[in-house]
Amino acid sequence: MTWYPLDTGIVLVGALSAVACALLGNFLVLKRISMMGDALSHAVLPGLAIAFLLTGSRGSLTMFIGAAVAGVLTAAISQWVSELGQVEESASLGVVFTALFALGLILIVRGADAVDLDPGCVLYGSLELVPLESWNVAGFPLPRAAAPLAVACVLNLGFLLLFYKELKVSTFDPALAKTLGIPARLLHYVLMTLIAVTTVAAFESVGSILVIAMLIVPPATAHLLTDRLPVMLLLSVVLAMAAAVLGHVAAITVPTWFGYADTSTAGMMAVVAGLLFGLAVLAAPRYGLARRVAQQFAVTLRIAREDALGLLYRIEETQAGVSAAAVPRLLREALGGSSLLNHWALRSLRRAGHITRADAEYRLTDAGRATARTLIRAHRLWESYLTKHLALRPDQVHAPAHRIEHFTTGAMREALAGDVEPATQDPHGRSIPDEPSAGEASAVQ
Amino acid sequence: MLRSQGLTPLATDLDPSRVAPRCAGTVTRALRPFLHGRRGILACLCMASVVLLAPDAAVGGTETHPEADRSLRAPATWQLPSVPQVMRVLSLRDYNTRVVVVGTMLLGAGAGIIGTFLLLRKRALMADALSHAALPGIALAFIVLEAAGLSGKSRFGLLSGALVFGAAGVGAVLMIRRWTRVKEDAALAIVLSVFFGLGVALLGVIQRMATGNAAGLEAFIYGKTASMLFSDAVWIGAVAGVVMVVCGMFFKEFTLLCFDQDFAGTQGRSGLLLDTLMLGLAVLITVIGLQAVGLILIVALLVIPPAAARFWTHRLPVMAVIAAGFGALSGLLGASVSALAPRLPAGAIIILVAALLFGVSLLFAPARGFLSTAWQRFRLERKVGQQHVLRALFESGEPLVQQAQGKPGAAAAAGPVPFAALLAQRSWSPATLRRLLAAARRAGLTRRDGDDAYHLTDAGLAAARRAVRNHRLWELYLLTHAEVATSHVDHNADALEDVLDPTLVAQLEETLAAQHPHLAAATGPAGEGPAVAAAVPPSPHRLPGQGAQDVPAGRAGNVSGRR
Repeated sequence: MTWYPLDTGIVLVGALSAVACALLGNFLVLKRISMMGDALSHAVLPGLAIAFLLTGSRGSLTMFIGAAVAGVLTAAISQWVSELGQVEESASLGVVFTALFALGLILIVRGADAVDLDPGCVLYGSLELVPLESWNVAGFPLPRAAAPLAVACVLNLGFLLLFYKELKVSTFDPALAKTLGIPARLLHYVLMTLIAVTTVAAFESVGSILVIAMLIVPPATAHLLTDRLPVMLLLSVVLAMAAAVLGHVAAITVPTWFGYADTSTAGMMAVVAGLLFGLAVLAAPRYGLARRVAQQFAVTLRIAREDALGLLYRIEETQAGVSAAAVPRLLREALGGSSLLNHWALRSLRRAGHITRADAEYRLTDAGRATARTLIRAHRLWESYLTKHLALRPDQVHAPAHRIEHFTTGAMREALAGDVEPATQDPHGRSIPDEPSAGEASAVQ
Repeated sequence: MLRSQGLTPLATDLDPSRVAPRCAGTVTRALRPFLHGRRGILACLCMASVVLLAPDAAVGGTETHPEADRSLRAPATWQLPSVPQVMRVLSLRDYNTRVVVVGTMLLGAGAGIIGTFLLLRKRALMADALSHAALPGIALAFIVLEAAGLSGKSRFGLLSGALVFGAAGVGAVLMIRRWTRVKEDAALAIVLSVFFGLGVALLGVIQRMATGNAAGLEAFIYGKTASMLFSDAVWIGAVAGVVMVVCGMFFKEFTLLCFDQDFAGTQGRSGLLLDTLMLGLAVLITVIGLQAVGLILIVALLVIPPAAARFWTHRLPVMAVIAAGFGALSGLLGASVSALAPRLPAGAIIILVAALLFGVSLLFAPARGFLSTAWQRFRLERKVGQQHVLRALFESGEPLVQQAQGKPGAAAAAGPVPFAALLAQRSWSPATLRRLLAAARRAGLTRRDGDDAYHLTDAGLAAARRAVRNHRLWELYLLTHAEVATSHVDHNADALEDVLDPTLVAQLEETLAAQHPHLAAATGPAGEGPAVAAAVPPSPHRLPGQGAQDVPAGRAGNVSGRR
């Protein structure tokens, strides 16, 4: 991979449009109207066409005004349709944006054959061609397309900073916003206007689909990583920039691995943003799948360890010498669970010093015995309790006690013991072990 | 995008005269197990449409040569089409027009039915996401086919790619929603944009491929409604037929899934399996439509006709049929218009026709349309306002009017009530009261008497007695049965008295007469039927402008005892 100044220009424009979009996208994601981004980026088309037909100019300002009007109209019309007709909101959005898009298409085809609005270009953008028109700023070639995007960035950032509190309240608690006298609806429409304008600013260089990708994907990724709005805003900006840089790198390297030439940077930026999202889904510290799986596994392993301890305790109790080789089989037969899990459980017990392996037998250490005793105590107390209060037959109490023994605290054991007093034997006639003494308990630690 | 298709050469890759009958035969055989009842009708429908696609010989027209067709097309500058042109299009005499019209109609009908279920499951925009998600499938299929040395434009290969990725997109949306805290809307937007981005990247690769012959691939993605081929229409017919038949077979299950997924689960229906089937049908019709008419049009056909149909009915089967009808009608009208104005993109016109149908439905549909609901609300408000005026007039002169009951001129017994006194009866604005009084006078219920004072006519008195009676019965009911505090009872009764059903009033009367025998003995004069049914019971609470002593002691005591 060779990096030319050209590439810097492309990345700069990509990053600017990504950041401009991501800033606003946070609020779309939080307000749960993400598809509004898709709708707006389609529905600005008639605005652009009408602006062109009215003024005959393709100047930036005309286009921006047309887009802003179309954006507000889209939001307002879909709101009206949804309220007047009691149509579900996403459906009314779907109706409105497809209709407006079709209208825009017809306007473009009908009245303005000369208009240079190629739908394909709107959709894909042409980020690669951006550096061809550059200004020279202090010896550094600055792509001309960066200017409107920089303006959009500054505009969006300014809006966010100025109305941060109002945006926050009206996003998270519209009712509170109303009581505080915050014009939430006005704010909503300003947001829609800014999105429409940003969309148009970004169309030419990165295309409309990338606009949607950058509006929604980095904020959604950031939302997986944090619960705090300022952090989310910052993270979404960082992620958007990362997507721009990595996207361009991927665009010029990945296809070469398969023997093809380079490819569209805009497309790869969306793909990289998607990959970052996937990474967050897997590895986010609080909401990631990995953490959830790990937590589940930790509980599973703890239960397997405790079951193994309980089994060894019972073996010791009946004074049946059982060889170490037979323990895994017994565990599997008595408790179920996979062999691998039981193997891990035994190994981690040995490492924790709860059991030892000697003379081809597993033996409990003192610490292990103390832990096992509390477990068996909980088990047998529960069995007695269930027999006494729920009038279950002795053959019915083992399974529930076996499940609940793993979640029984010391206080619960005490209360249970007080309740089933003076029983010292469980319904099966086995003695209920005493709570380990203080010395034994400290050995557990 | 939806291409503007001007002069399109007639290009069929298959000889239609041989294919259509063969197709029809295959379809009949395949559908035989389903040819009974409602399903049979659906199957016949789609078969009939396939037969319609047969060339002119079968229908009785004459084959139009492509060159002749060209002469009929509108010239470069658009002008009103001549009558023969319109007739020609409407009678589907042109082979091209016939293919396009029938193809889009079938697509509209199939999309309308499956779109109905998507709409009711609040998944209207799923079509949007999955149609974008199909793009990388098409591009990847092209790359793989080319790499394997095959033609990159095999319809089957590209459609398979689109199908796989469309389904993967749907699956990704469902998984993101199920396993992460990301909400459905963001999941849709993420899948839509990331998959599409991947597609754009793959298209970029294709464009720079040395061997690539990618011309036309974009048309495959963005559709070419006006230049639909006969084979396209056959594919659409087949898929629309499958969608209709499967929806017909699983109508009950899909309905259950739409309205009560948990109940569907308890009935032993696998929700996941049904959901997969439903979304699978959506993917199928989206992919076939994507190829034939383009991305935005297929999304519009899946969303707009069902949303429009929703205004016309409260019943799902009716809604599905109406949605299919609207879809087909949009296809028919849109394709016809675009045949007359060939410079306009056909797909966009079909969308606008559908949107027009939606707008008309939104405004004028009798079941849920805006005007109908607004009219109902207006009538209810007028009725409520009228009853408020009557009650205010009655209660202002109550003791005297009650005493004069049954005598001629009873209504005037209490004398005219000044406007100011009426105004004090409720919290209403003077303007509202004047409007209501004027309406009541027009209805012959009140008379204006001299100097801004009003009294009831005989007809007004009868209506007022009914209204006051309902009101007070309801108040009593709320007090004795619903444990509503006296201070709140008037308000609650106001809200509900106007929606009381006559049978409910009768029931209230029976209940109250049984519990309060003194009511039966109260004020009712002889000759007006059973006393309890005609009597206006005294108000259980203090009326505005009257002293506490007006409340019968027994009732007041009873009330305070309950509190």
